[in-house]
Amino acid sequence: MEHYLSLFFRAVFVQNMALAFFLGMCSFIAISKKVETAIGLGVAVVVVQAITVPANNLIYRYLLKDGALAWAGLPDVDMSFLGLLSYIGVIAAIVQILEMTLDRYVPSLYNALGVFLPLITVNCVILAGSLFMVERDYTFAESGVYGVGSGLSWALAITALAGIREKLKYSDVPAGLQGLGITFITIGLMALGFMSFSGVQI
Amino acid sequence: MAKPTVREVLFNPVFNNNPIGLQILGICSALAVTSNLRTALVMSLALTMVTAFSNLSISAIRNQIPSSIRMIVQMVIIASLVIVVDQLLKAYAFSVSKQLSVFVGLIITNCIVMGRAEAFAMQNPPKLSFFDGIGNGLGYSVMLITLGVIRELFGAGKLMGHTILPTVNEGGWYIPNGLLLLPPSAFFLIGLAIWALRTWKTSQQEKPNFHITTHVRAEAY
Repeated sequence: MEHYLSLFFRAVFVQNMALAFFLGMCSFIAISKKVETAIGLGVAVVVVQAITVPANNLIYRYLLKDGALAWAGLPDVDMSFLGLLSYIGVIAAIVQILEMTLDRYVPSLYNALGVFLPLITVNCVILAGSLFMVERDYTFAESGVYGVGSGLSWALAITALAGIREKLKYSDVPAGLQGLGITFITIGLMALGFMSFSGVQI
Repeated sequence: MAKPTVREVLFNPVFNNNPIGLQILGICSALAVTSNLRTALVMSLALTMVTAFSNLSISAIRNQIPSSIRMIVQMVIIASLVIVVDQLLKAYAFSVSKQLSVFVGLIITNCIVMGRAEAFAMQNPPKLSFFDGIGNGLGYSVMLITLGVIRELFGAGKLMGHTILPTVNEGGWYIPNGLLLLPPSAFFLIGLAIWALRTWKTSQQEKPNFHITTHVRAEAY
């Protein structure tokens, strides 16, 4: 249990997807103008991440890994070069299924997430979650914890950034830094803050 | 829209329409791989190749792709190209490929590739699209290499692993600025680069949402 807790906290704070690995920057910057939309996108990322990372873990361990096809009588087959293609396929499919399911059974949530759901397919956080999972060789349970943790880390960062940008609207920013430039510097300062977590031992 | 020439599509993205500075595309990898010059170079090369060839092949079959499934088609083409690049790197430059870790795979979701395929290759003939891909790759590379040079030179006193500024630890005179090797510095540097670019090309500046009225400012000081 302790192992999973420490994995979770590490994923949220120390290895923060947005602020330590710079992933999902495009939407991180484009959709952080308002706190409300930032929270919507954050929730969507957590949900998708929590489903896709374990799903890709199963695919990796039972279909792609070196010797993983032993159950089908093919112990010498190594399909791991197909990894990238299958992960992105799984992600696109799951996002699509999630969209249809939500539309059918939970229309209120579907409307709240709105345009963000399809956008998530091309969000690097999701693909990176799966790739990190493969690189660090997580088990199924660990990948579930890591999925939720890394999704939450991104959601936390984008919400915080949106809060700061809402306040920034009233500040007197030099003309050349307006918009994109000052956002980058804000994120830099946030990343510095988050670096203080890196010394935490759990 | 007037027909763009090869020259235009090749050089416009470098300064006038920089993918990172203006279009806000492909920033993820721009930050993560620039702590030294070698990874930055390899990454720029890989991305330029992928963008150019994905643009070429998507543009070649653009009239055959049904618009309802075009995203999937583009995704499959890009993912296959990235697999080729990934395998090549693993075969010929294993240590660099280990350093880049997941970021080679992340070229798939790099918005530059997808964005150019969608915005340019779907409307233009193959040759032009190919050069557009190279041009955007160049724009990306310029930013990446600048960052890589600054971060490695002033953060570690080295370039491509060769010592340029001998550091104090090794008996030289240069006290390295360790902050430049850490993640946050990439954000500051890009922020400053955008500031410099927009001071030069003022048409790229964004309009502020609010203005502080002059007499309020006079009172405040």
